[in-house]
Amino acid sequence: MGKKKLVERGVELLVYLSSWVSILGIVFLFIFIGKEAFPLLTDPRMKEEVQFSQLWSTIWQPVSDHPKFGLVPLFIGTLKASFVAMLFATPLAILAAIFTSEFAPPRLGRAIKPVVELLAGIPSVVLGFFALVVLATWVQELFGFTMRLNATAAGIALGLAVLPIIYTVTEDALATVPKAFREASLSLGATPWQTAFKVVLPAALPGIFAALVLGFGRAVGETMIVLMASGNASIVSASLGDSIRTLSATIAAELAEVVFGDGHYRLLFGLGVLLFSFTFVLNLVGSWYIQRVKKRLLGAA
Amino acid sequence: MKDKLFVGLSAAAMLVILAMLAVILGNIFWFGKDMLSWEFISAKPTMGMTEGGIFPAIFGTVALVFLMTIAVMPAGVLTAIYLEEYARADSKMVKIVQQAVANLAGVPSIVFGLFGLGFFVNFVGRGVDGFFFGGELYYGQPAIIWAAATLALLTLPVVIVTTSEALRAVPREIKEGGLALGATRLQNLRRIIVPSALPGILTGVILAVSRGAGEVAPIMFTGAAYFLPYLPTKPNDQFMELGYHVYVMATQSPDVEATKPILYSTVFVLLALTFLLNLLAIYLRARLRKRFAEGR
Amino acid sequence: MELVNEEIETVTKLPQFRLDAIGRPEVAAAEKEKIRVEKFSFWYGKTKALDSITSRVYEHRITAYIGPSGCGKSTFLRCLNRMNDLIPHTRWEGKIFLEEEEISRPKPDFTVLRRKVGMVFQKSNPFPKSIFENVAFGLRIAGESNMEKLSASVEESLKQAALWEEVKNKLERSALALSGGQQQRLCIARALAVHPEVLLLDEPCSQLDPISTAKIEELLLDLKSRYTIVLVTHNMQQAARVSDYTGFFLLGQLVEFDDTRKLFTNPSDKRTEDYITGRFG
Repeated sequence: MGKKKLVERGVELLVYLSSWVSILGIVFLFIFIGKEAFPLLTDPRMKEEVQFSQLWSTIWQPVSDHPKFGLVPLFIGTLKASFVAMLFATPLAILAAIFTSEFAPPRLGRAIKPVVELLAGIPSVVLGFFALVVLATWVQELFGFTMRLNATAAGIALGLAVLPIIYTVTEDALATVPKAFREASLSLGATPWQTAFKVVLPAALPGIFAALVLGFGRAVGETMIVLMASGNASIVSASLGDSIRTLSATIAAELAEVVFGDGHYRLLFGLGVLLFSFTFVLNLVGSWYIQRVKKRLLGAA
Repeated sequence: MKDKLFVGLSAAAMLVILAMLAVILGNIFWFGKDMLSWEFISAKPTMGMTEGGIFPAIFGTVALVFLMTIAVMPAGVLTAIYLEEYARADSKMVKIVQQAVANLAGVPSIVFGLFGLGFFVNFVGRGVDGFFFGGELYYGQPAIIWAAATLALLTLPVVIVTTSEALRAVPREIKEGGLALGATRLQNLRRIIVPSALPGILTGVILAVSRGAGEVAPIMFTGAAYFLPYLPTKPNDQFMELGYHVYVMATQSPDVEATKPILYSTVFVLLALTFLLNLLAIYLRARLRKRFAEGR
Repeated sequence: MELVNEEIETVTKLPQFRLDAIGRPEVAAAEKEKIRVEKFSFWYGKTKALDSITSRVYEHRITAYIGPSGCGKSTFLRCLNRMNDLIPHTRWEGKIFLEEEEISRPKPDFTVLRRKVGMVFQKSNPFPKSIFENVAFGLRIAGESNMEKLSASVEESLKQAALWEEVKNKLERSALALSGGQQQRLCIARALAVHPEVLLLDEPCSQLDPISTAKIEELLLDLKSRYTIVLVTHNMQQAARVSDYTGFFLLGQLVEFDDTRKLFTNPSDKRTEDYITGRFG
């Protein structure tokens, strides 16, 4: 009998230890990326190579005789692409989620979810390919941009990648709204749309906010699509028709060419820390708002 | 009147999404089918990637995903079992793990790539070289094992979430029934809960595989290569991979027009692979829901 | 609850034994105590579900607990095999004894306890396995793997549960293919296969049709010679039909506990009377 108990205890310990993997995963992510970037702050040679004040300049030209590490074009590029993506994806995703949750007959609703899952399952490199080969041409014909690969082309494809997230989180939030709310509204004579717009949507608002936050996080972090379709030119401009260079694409494009351990290498890791921290915070915010929706709606019901 | 307009608008949004999906799939399948043949799938690329097949990329992708699955399944399934069957529902540990999982799910893929480089290749790899090979460079460089490990961390949330769902779907009465007959927690798990949850767990594997096969950024610096004369047979080999192949060919080919047909067909293969896996997972999920609903 | 003189009079006139309303027994030698519950209170978090319950369950008898929904009878039943331990934030005071052993102590041997005290649930819960494997489950986890022994045991249990004739030729078929009544009898067989001493049944017929219900009631009457049976039911007529002793739960208290005939014909407490005559519940 003792052996049996031992096995039981052993398994208990094993599953407990396994769950530490995810926690350690996040912790290690911080530590080991930070580790490569850290000397930028401490090592005098690094500080010479990559000067802090320089980071705020508007020229990113790491490969030249006098390397320039201005981050501004990268930030602008990231923002432009994400902006286009959110502009494109948000109305579509939210309206579609409202349709699925409020107007569509249940069977249709159950059939729609897999479709969105399929869209979510398209690898980003495939979306990037599509944007590069097909979408960019359409965008150029539509808008008459001079540069074929630009923020808009990449942004729309990025929107396709972000759409499923906004859709799913919004739809979940809408589904969490108790049926009782809808029934009460309809029994007072409101139409389905009025019910959706004036009762359900406001009730699910924190969840929709979370959807946008998480979608934005995904847009900012996405790499392959922008790498392939944005032109990769670190230009500072207001036009959405210009090529851009995002933070994520910069890391991906340049890491292959750097010397291990030098300033550029470390700066790329530093960009990684930046990106990671930013999306980490966005994720926490998103999670928190999702919790709020659940508490608010399920507590009230 | 206004009501119909708004309902119509939201329905239109849904249709637009469906249409976009159809356009993308259609475009790729239409142009990609040209070069498809048995030779394409089974032969090596030739003539500077403009002719021949993509077998090494397929092989590399399969090998990569296989290693990844071996790494992610135990950790993922055991974690889910802990969360659903062992831990107290409101314990702090559960909340922390769930938050960690949610955060892992939101980490940009390039950040995983950096992690793979900074941790697996440079830290673990070099450490292994130091301990076992007296400092000679075997594992402290891009290798399929490190790429697989990186992908395992990336897909961990998928496995955990899907397995948790599968365990939760086993009706409480059945779990209690086992315990009421004197089964220990482990016996109940082994004989009742896990077998019932198996289709759901399988769905998790399929989704993880689909995700792993499609990601490129995490493997760019941890082992993927554009052209290799050999197939990966040792853990510290580099490898060719479908997604990476598409990326490099699309952005760095000297002759874009010549490689276009192969490019399209390679994308076709990659898309078909991930697509079919996703369909399989969706089908399994639907059947699962039915199975527990009708048994009563 | 005190005993009034005239009540004592009535009770002592009963042929077999004497009991007062809350089960402090002055029993004749014939009745052997199987389970003894002493001042047992139970909380779900801050909610008190059971209030100082004192009761007895006698060997080879059917003891039924009745009462309106939410009165605590199911909670009470689940305390007898410690199934409430699965719910977080529960605590209790008082003691429960299975013969000499205190089963309300913090860490009893759950697997041994649950083999001795078996349970059949309200909603039949056969495993998604074959009929054979369902019944054999308890034995397998106890370590038995000899096919001959298992088959013999499965047959015996199914016969005891009056299901053998109906399934003997399709033991490998899925248990889920059986009808509701058959599934419940299967669950009874499954519980009997581990040779428990006590069988707890939590509203076993509430989801069944009258014919299946009648079959199971007949079964219980048959089983009591070999086992001790505790039955929770919201169906008073069922309690009156099959049980030897009945306890009436109301709002977490055991209001009255007595010989079934006495409780139903001449209840000592007005609340019991009100419930039985249908004035509430």
